Amino acid sequence: MEAASQSTYIKRKRDGRIRIKSGNKAERVMQGTILSFIILTAIAFIIFDYSGLHLISAVQETMYNLYVMFLQPGLSHFGWGEALFQVSMTLGLAVLSTVFGAVIALFLALMAATNLSNKGLTKTVRIIVAFIRAVPTVLWVLIFAIAAGLGSEAAVLGMLFHSVAYLVKAFSEAFEEVDPGIIEALRATGSSWWHIVTHAVIPSTFTYLLSWTFLRFEINFTVAVAMGAAAGAGGIGFELFMASGFYFDLREVGFITYAILVVAILLEIISTQLKNRLFPAAATQ
Amino acid sequence: MKREKEMKRKRWQTTILLAVIIVVTYVSIAITEFNVLTGITAIPQAIGWMFSHLLITQESLAKLPSILEKLNETIFMSIAATTTAAAVSIFLGLMGSKTTRVSNVLSVLARFIASFSRNIPVVAWALILLLSFGQNSMTGYLALFVGTVGFLTRAFIESIDEVSGSAVEALTATGATYFQIVNKAVIPQSLPQMISWILFMIETNIRSATLVGILTGTGIGYIFDLYYKTMDYNTVALVTFTIVITVIAIEMASNYIRKVIL
Amino acid sequence: MSLLQVKRLGKSYDLETKVLKDISFDVEAGEFVSIIGPSGAGKSTLLRSINRMVEINEGHVIFDNNDVGSLKKKELRQLRTDIGMIFQHYNLVPRLSVIENVLHGRFGYKTTIQGILGRFTEDEKERAFYLLDKLGIGEHAYKRCDQLSGGQQQRVGIARALIQDPKLVLCDEPIASLDPNTSKIIMDHLQSIVSELNITCIVNLHQVEVAQTYSDRIIGLKAGEIVFDGPTPWLTDDRIHHIYGTETRELITG
Repeated sequence: MEAASQSTYIKRKRDGRIRIKSGNKAERVMQGTILSFIILTAIAFIIFDYSGLHLISAVQETMYNLYVMFLQPGLSHFGWGEALFQVSMTLGLAVLSTVFGAVIALFLALMAATNLSNKGLTKTVRIIVAFIRAVPTVLWVLIFAIAAGLGSEAAVLGMLFHSVAYLVKAFSEAFEEVDPGIIEALRATGSSWWHIVTHAVIPSTFTYLLSWTFLRFEINFTVAVAMGAAAGAGGIGFELFMASGFYFDLREVGFITYAILVVAILLEIISTQLKNRLFPAAATQ
Repeated sequence: MKREKEMKRKRWQTTILLAVIIVVTYVSIAITEFNVLTGITAIPQAIGWMFSHLLITQESLAKLPSILEKLNETIFMSIAATTTAAAVSIFLGLMGSKTTRVSNVLSVLARFIASFSRNIPVVAWALILLLSFGQNSMTGYLALFVGTVGFLTRAFIESIDEVSGSAVEALTATGATYFQIVNKAVIPQSLPQMISWILFMIETNIRSATLVGILTGTGIGYIFDLYYKTMDYNTVALVTFTIVITVIAIEMASNYIRKVIL
Repeated sequence: MSLLQVKRLGKSYDLETKVLKDISFDVEAGEFVSIIGPSGAGKSTLLRSINRMVEINEGHVIFDNNDVGSLKKKELRQLRTDIGMIFQHYNLVPRLSVIENVLHGRFGYKTTIQGILGRFTEDEKERAFYLLDKLGIGEHAYKRCDQLSGGQQQRVGIARALIQDPKLVLCDEPIASLDPNTSKIIMDHLQSIVSELNITCIVNLHQVEVAQTYSDRIIGLKAGEIVFDGPTPWLTDDRIHHIYGTETRELITG
């Protein structure tokens, strides 16, 4: 190294070594966040309730269970036709909550978008949506089960609440990205609010709305499985719960898991294809 | 002329799409035996019921300490599951990403593991693990952990692909080793996005943990189920309220962190 | 012996198209060589074959008496420390500070552990500041790279290459994303690297005039083959026309 004359821009640490980090707020907050993660995780493992846990035998048993499930799947309490029906039942719950949710969310999102609505309305809708999102779906389903009886209505309504909350956020963000010039131009011609919405805002965001809706459908399928298992909403999730919780039939659990996996992967593939077709620019990046 | 044809085609596509959606919806109504009328009337009914029954009373407030204890368990379970899953996912993400993969076989394996664990719902994992792990925190933790690995690996692969291609090339050209490149270019550049995903997942996992808790008899889900089944709706309301407060508080903290680091 | 010898180099990414065909040339220490040619002629691939950022299919690249194509992983790393590289899009880590990005050029000299811990000696840091001062961006040393302008970022890229103490610097379209004034600053810096530090420079360029102004020697590439190789004054309008085909007029006037 050649001996260089000292730069005037050098900053030193307390011990005299030269600093090289930019040391801005973002960096400090990131370090703080990571440190908190580590501390909280350590505390978590200390306070966990390990009652009745025999780790080694539990791991061995789980390995054996997984082996039976995935390598020797089979049906014993119902046939293929019934299995197919239960899967369609779960898909049906997902479809209904997604479709109804999307329709409701469309209207609410128009009220929640800052460029299409007034401040008071936007704030109100957003607070309501944040509250709905914060309550886990299963609690909504169970609450509706008391009011509407334990049937598909309770499941759909419970799932609907979350779908609406999720889609309102996504939709309103899409609406807010509409070129303000277009809205201004239409306003200048004397168009009414409805005209602007139906002729400018919705057509120019339609593909986004579609793609978000399908993504939610993908999520709702998983949610519908969960509601079947945890809230007795029927469908393949309920069968899964019965097979593992009542019959202890690992082969059937395996078969059902495969059925769910196949549908979920199929939906994911369709969703990716749809995204690539609708947004070819984003896909090639 | 050409534009008109294009427009016509688009209108046709939209019409067909709407028709398909209507048919699928109708079929779904038939399969699930969904009664539209009951469904619609249930909403005001349910809301009315909520306002008259889901009230936090003095009596239920007495149960707050035991509720908070269980809530604590759920929060810590979600955080631990997310952070440990993130550690595994960083590794799988590096293997799976186009810019940082070491071999194609490992890359396919990483993506396969991610897809497999993501697409089997958390409930299924919870039920499977419950069989041998029993009713304790470990079962819920592992169920959340597996699902989170799947989700975060996919997110991390995208983050890494997005940010680091060019810097990786430059550092390779200086003669840097793989670990130096990963540690000093890839991780620093994608870290903010990764932290953002981790925060998102903690939030999601608290909600999932409630569900898992109902199945595995742990945490806040267990407490909710207990009072729900004994029809103590005042306490149910209190439990729900504590969950809402927690989720919103975490959301606000994450939003603040995101705003600063992104 | 020449610093760099390229012998009958050939490269193809798939079975049908050959990107480089039978390329041979030597570069002496201290030369400033420009490689010109239309887009898709294989300039970028040629440059990346020299430090084996792309694998060599046919022929040999001999750098400083090493056959680049046959080096093992560790030897290749060692070799790359002697070759700096500058990119069109600067290829910095945007979120890190300028000084950190410059110091990245020292990784080739460190063990993995030293590199991961981020241990740089005080000498290295002082040298990094010296280079930044020399390139006129010392005041930005603690800023994040994404806060700098394009020209400033490219100077960080140059500093990163120079801190390697290279014998050769490869520049891949260093000014293609910059405006004319900034381009001049960057090219002047590259020129002084050659004249003051006696480091050899090979530059891929789009702009024929820039190549003519700065380089000692020009290599013209067309469809993966060398169609011109000689001292700058030899590059006549006819020969430019031959390299670029019919596009010439637009290129010269535009």
